Amino acid sequence: MSLYEHLPILLIVIPLISAYFIPLIARIKAGSAWYVATAALSVTSAISVMLLRTVLHTGRISYRFGGWEPPWGIEYAIDYFNGFVAVIVCLITLAVAVYAKKSVEKEIDRAKIPAFYSIYLLFYTGLTGMVVTGDMFNLYVFIEISALAGYALTAMGKKRGALLASYNYLILGTIGATFILIGIGYLYVATGSLNMGDLRVRLPLLYDSHAVRTAFAFLTVGLALKLALFPFHIWLPGVYSQAPSVVSVIMSATSSKVSAYVLLRVMFSVFTVKFDLESVPITKILLFLAGVSIIVSSVLAISQTNIRRMLAYSSVGQIGYIIFGAALMNRTSLGGSLLHILNHALMKGTLFMAAGAMAYTAGAVQISDLRGMGRKMPFTMAAFTIAALSMIGVPLTAGFVSKWYLAVGAIESGMWFFIPILLVSSMLMAVYFWRVIEIIYFQRETGDDRLVYIGRQEAPAHMVAPMLAMAGLCVFFGVYTALPVDIVFRAADILLRGM
Amino acid sequence: MEIIQSAQPVYAVAAALLAVIPICLSGEKRRNLREAWTFLAAFATLYIVTSMLPDVLEGKVMEYGLLTVLPGLEIKFRVDALGMLFASVASFLWIFTSIYSIGYMRSLNEECQTRFFAYFAVSMAATMGAAFAANMFTLFLFYEAITLATFPLVAHEQTPEAIRGGRIYLVYLLGTSLLFLMFAIVLTYVTAGTLEFSLSGILAGKASDLMLTVIFILYIAGIAKAGIMPFHGWLPSAMVAPTPVSALLHAVAVVKVGVFTVIRVALFIFGDGALRGLHVHIPAAYVASFTIITASFIALTKDNLKARLAYSTISQLSYIALGVFLLTPAAMVGGIFHIASHAFSKITLFFCAGSIYAASHRKNVSELAGIGRKLPLTMFAFFIGSLGMIGIPPISGFVSKWYLSLGALKGGNAVFMAVLLVSSLLNAAYFLPIVYKAFFEKPENPHEDVREIPLMVLPLMVTAIGAVLIGVFPDFFIRLAELAVRK
Repeated sequence: MSLYEHLPILLIVIPLISAYFIPLIARIKAGSAWYVATAALSVTSAISVMLLRTVLHTGRISYRFGGWEPPWGIEYAIDYFNGFVAVIVCLITLAVAVYAKKSVEKEIDRAKIPAFYSIYLLFYTGLTGMVVTGDMFNLYVFIEISALAGYALTAMGKKRGALLASYNYLILGTIGATFILIGIGYLYVATGSLNMGDLRVRLPLLYDSHAVRTAFAFLTVGLALKLALFPFHIWLPGVYSQAPSVVSVIMSATSSKVSAYVLLRVMFSVFTVKFDLESVPITKILLFLAGVSIIVSSVLAISQTNIRRMLAYSSVGQIGYIIFGAALMNRTSLGGSLLHILNHALMKGTLFMAAGAMAYTAGAVQISDLRGMGRKMPFTMAAFTIAALSMIGVPLTAGFVSKWYLAVGAIESGMWFFIPILLVSSMLMAVYFWRVIEIIYFQRETGDDRLVYIGRQEAPAHMVAPMLAMAGLCVFFGVYTALPVDIVFRAADILLRGM
Repeated sequence: MEIIQSAQPVYAVAAALLAVIPICLSGEKRRNLREAWTFLAAFATLYIVTSMLPDVLEGKVMEYGLLTVLPGLEIKFRVDALGMLFASVASFLWIFTSIYSIGYMRSLNEECQTRFFAYFAVSMAATMGAAFAANMFTLFLFYEAITLATFPLVAHEQTPEAIRGGRIYLVYLLGTSLLFLMFAIVLTYVTAGTLEFSLSGILAGKASDLMLTVIFILYIAGIAKAGIMPFHGWLPSAMVAPTPVSALLHAVAVVKVGVFTVIRVALFIFGDGALRGLHVHIPAAYVASFTIITASFIALTKDNLKARLAYSTISQLSYIALGVFLLTPAAMVGGIFHIASHAFSKITLFFCAGSIYAASHRKNVSELAGIGRKLPLTMFAFFIGSLGMIGIPPISGFVSKWYLSLGALKGGNAVFMAVLLVSSLLNAAYFLPIVYKAFFEKPENPHEDVREIPLMVLPLMVTAIGAVLIGVFPDFFIRLAELAVRK
């Protein structure tokens, strides 16, 4: 049973060790990189599910690194919130790994593939670490691990634009990480502690101190950069459109969610609701920025001709929803926000997977290249359509459920103007998604030589299966909402209580 | 009022929906088999609907909760008199539209017929779902499903005009439903705590008058399918669709779902007490009247036959809305009766338009000189349908107008009776000249080979006879309408 006790740390250790071993194993047996990575991810996913189940039965889990008591030792604390996010990150990373097998073979030099999977696992380690850790500096370490891995992953593709996008991401990401570090530093100076739970207890006495407020400011801005909240989103469209397809899938589905998780953790569990409402006008600022994010990104998405850039701008808006719901400090909207973490991961993951599949079979990158794809790649396009309908918020899809809670929560807290923002953005989403759907299904193929597909040519099963699974979940969680809703509202309760 | 738990409404939806798989599997290679599946589904749906009739006519109601998506958001079905009236009309007419579709699609050698019949079945399933919705969430779900399922039918031809028409269709319908209807639903939920339809309304007294008025306006703006101006623009654009689509969907299913939703909102969400208290019903009646008159004037200017019929539909839909907004029993009965009456008359007119096009490739009124001699059955049915629009006995349109006028007078609003009268005159002005031209003017080319297409003539004669029968024996639908509004 002692292995069972160490599950939280295994969540990090297994992918970390596998990441180191993959290049070695791949040298011995060529082509084995993918198998090792997928095996590691499967085990870790199983662990994350087990951890969530334990949390649901017995409450918060606390794991002490090396047996040292916090706040001197590093603590890993898993409660409803991060248990939920951890499962999402693990399972989606696994699904994307399955997807990756074929996609990576096409988009990345054969010699670099083991390195790719290695860095992929490091990226994943960083994200998972960010989610489960209870220590601020440990958090920073994992932020940097995932960030550096992210920069490398972005640059790994064959596109020349990827280098520039990666460089952009590097600069902005490093500024963000530095701000976060400064924030953590101020907190340490003010309280002498790095443990999140401990900080929550010590900080209230210091809420009026300039150091603490400055720490909060640095943390928030740094995380906003990581999160791509307007106006700090500039790096995102470049990265999502130039990186290899797999990278855009994994980043859109996981890293933005994890950054959102960290921001919410800082706002609610380190600093409490009281601080957020009384000491710093952060809620108003976030509401404003999120609202602008939502509208501007939808408008910008409409003008895009490259499908991945369109989806990237869409992501910026969706992150705005998550932040808006959280900033309302209302139980219902916070629940919707957390639910949107799950739903958006599923929806955006599916959409980017479909975009990658289209690039794989036909080299199709511009929206206008997609004519007649509905007949060429029926399964891929079916997944795309389902995910698009879910994004728009058609009832019986997951997207509707989170938007419903956001809307109801907004009315409950008297923020009327959010409803038009939510609905207008849904309508704008309908415009830019429908444009794609129309081209896919209702326009005739051209006899254009640029397009290389001949006859029915669906993407390989490795790519289609995860896509359909995730699209299926978009519908499943739109109909059978009980489990996610239960977890999410338990999480919202503990966050609002400041735990 | 007795409530029976029965899954029959679900079967009605399922019968149409399940047909999609065999339709797609049969495909173009075995098209007679494919068409057989459509008929099977249509007959099955009609059978299930009529099997629920006896109970409903006795005043009972059937309910069935399917699943709860979120607390307060349940997919639930309820069969009451109003839903039964709508569903029985729609499912009956589906059978004849299917016959007509086969005639139309095959004589014009249309492409993508499998897609057409498949989405047609989905649209009808969604219509049944809307008719039998027990709460606003279920109704909204099927309302949106109808929009999405009818889009491929509107854009069927895939020509640039068809795609443009389809886009306008979607922008109006999805735009208004996302911006306004969704907003109204969320506000209703937060205000009333529930979305269930109730005969006395669920919003009365739950919020300030201002808030309730705002919600009402949002609903009316959000239900663009009802064709109330200025949200009517989608209907003329939808005329790019093949005529069977225009006939069943845009004369019967889609547009009637719109006014059906308006009735549900007015009587089952707000309730007539709340509407009177807010004093919104008379301004709403004026908006409906404006639509009636304006749409008729626009119809006068249209040379394209389907466009003229589209504006006529917009005008006639507002009769139904007007009847409901007047809030007197006779007016409400007349409005609800008109759902059935207009359906039969209008579908006849659209069937005729399609028959003319398929036989002679003519789309415009100005080209129809003397066509009555070549297509006598079609043009006679057109004449019957026109009389129904104008409201001349014994066609059913007269019964609707009679009840509506009675209701207007009893409510002390004689101005609306004038609206009805003027509108009848306008209807005569834009329909009768067509009939005259067809029968009494000399054709340009007397020796043209234009003849009736049997598979298209049969349905239009049936629906024309139906329009007459409903006018002579209105009791069935009147009884349903009366049951629908009694408390």
